Amino acid sequence: MLTVHVEADDAPWVDGNALAGPLGEIMGTDLTVAELTCAGCRTTRPLAAMRVFDRAPGLVARCPGCEDVVMRVVRMTGRVLVDVRGSLIVSLPVPTA
Amino acid sequence: MAVITRGFGGRRRDDADLPPGQYRTDDFPVLSAGPTPRIDLDEWEFAVVTETGERSTWSWAEFTALPADEPTVDIHCVTRWSKFGTSWRGVSVDTLLADVDTAAEYVVAHSYGGYTTNIPLEGLLDGQAWVAYEFDGEPLAPVHGGPARLLVPHLYFWKSAKWLRALELRLDDEPGFWETAGYHNDGDPWREQRYLED
Ligand SMILES: [Zn+2]
Repeated sequence: MLTVHVEADDAPWVDGNALAGPLGEIMGTDLTVAELTCAGCRTTRPLAAMRVFDRAPGLVARCPGCEDVVMRVVRMTGRVLVDVRGSLIVSLPVPTA
Repeated sequence: MAVITRGFGGRRRDDADLPPGQYRTDDFPVLSAGPTPRIDLDEWEFAVVTETGERSTWSWAEFTALPADEPTVDIHCVTRWSKFGTSWRGVSVDTLLADVDTAAEYVVAHSYGGYTTNIPLEGLLDGQAWVAYEFDGEPLAPVHGGPARLLVPHLYFWKSAKWLRALELRLDDEPGFWETAGYHNDGDPWREQRYLED
């Protein structure tokens, strides 16, 4: 369930579930359960808890604590680019087979 | 080519004026990769920094006292919308660099809020770019980049950095926010340079 947040006269953001579609499509797994450690403030949160600015040339996920960018996802013509330089660690649960 | 004349004598703008892959909108969509910074005009400062570290700075009062232009230009967003005939007021980059001594070939635009974008210096000179602080006769709204934004209409609009804080002159090219995330380094809409791979 996506929640859209709009402060008066501000850029809207949605929660990290907005990344489930594009990331799931290329990686075949639900990455919203991934946990990211923000390189800015070093706190760890699930990707779903990040703030995603989606009205932009790409999807920009920011840490809700310090507002630094933790992930960027850009759909190019034939590829999807995932940039995680703003995250120190990306951890995923082991799939239960 | 069909030319349709309007009552005011201008040629009606049509798809021939659109770069490839673009559609026309009369809205002004707000695109933003982050929260909108709020900058008090008392604290606002704009800087030009050369490759040797020399800084020229302007306060808001100093900046808005500079000779200004009122360009009317078409703008083209990489997300495929184009908007014709947008009216701005701003200071040309030529004016801002008139007294700056530099051998730089590249510029990085820095924004309040941390955004960056890179442009070759020659793409900003000769009346091709402005630091704009009014849109449609009104102070530039924060969501559109106010107090002041870069305006480089001949490139995709992500190069027209909102909330501009500084122009950094460099000897080498330094890719910016979108240029390091899959977008084209040059961003010429007429050559449809959207992505790294284009
Ligand atoms: Zn953080």
